[in-house]
Amino acid sequence: MIEVLYFAWLRERVGAPREQIETQATTVMGLIEDLKAREDRYAWAFGDLTALRVAVDQELSSFDAALAGVRELAFFPPMTGG
Amino acid sequence: MRVIVQAEAFDLGALSNAFAAGAAGAGAIVTFTGLVRDNAGALAAMEIEHYPGMTEKAIAAMVDQAMARWSLLDAMVVHRYGRMVGGEAIMMVATAARHRAEAFAAAEYLMDYLKSRAPFWKKELSADGAAWVAARDDDEAALKRW
Repeated sequence: MIEVLYFAWLRERVGAPREQIETQATTVMGLIEDLKAREDRYAWAFGDLTALRVAVDQELSSFDAALAGVRELAFFPPMTGG
Repeated sequence: MRVIVQAEAFDLGALSNAFAAGAAGAGAIVTFTGLVRDNAGALAAMEIEHYPGMTEKAIAAMVDQAMARWSLLDAMVVHRYGRMVGGEAIMMVATAARHRAEAFAAAEYLMDYLKSRAPFWKKELSADGAAWVAARDDDEAALKRW
């Protein structure tokens, strides 16, 4: 079970700020494909991966990162701080 | 080193004075403050979302890098989230060094990294509705100079 968080417009498209996901996927990309196959709202949210970033256990990471041992994943658009 | 992430408005003068008072041995202190830009009165408000937990860690890591690279005596980042209106301060950076070149460079480095690597997302609210602010290519490109 992985805690998955969504921020900004991704949160709006998914319709939830966070959820617990049970998956057989072994990588971040595998999880995204799993979610997209489940419901249209995920297919919409994850339609353009170049517009998205991922953090694995609160560290910026990449879509090919492994999920073994991961507790928390976060998906979001490029950051606009400052 | 101090990292403050809060919704409340902050007192720029009080924070700057406290920072300067604590920076023993400094010959230069640079402070930068970012405000909500109100484009000719079109903006009703700005809403900033962030990632509690990661935000503090990501900023602390940037500050550590800056402290080491420019041998800073101290550094501080304050960044707000939540709703604010035009003219309000969103964030500030302060750096203290022996000489001004290091203090200026470190402040710019922190600003560049906060723009693109701290998990904040801005949403502009206007009479036309709400829109997420898109990340700018030149903000990403700005990181390359470091």
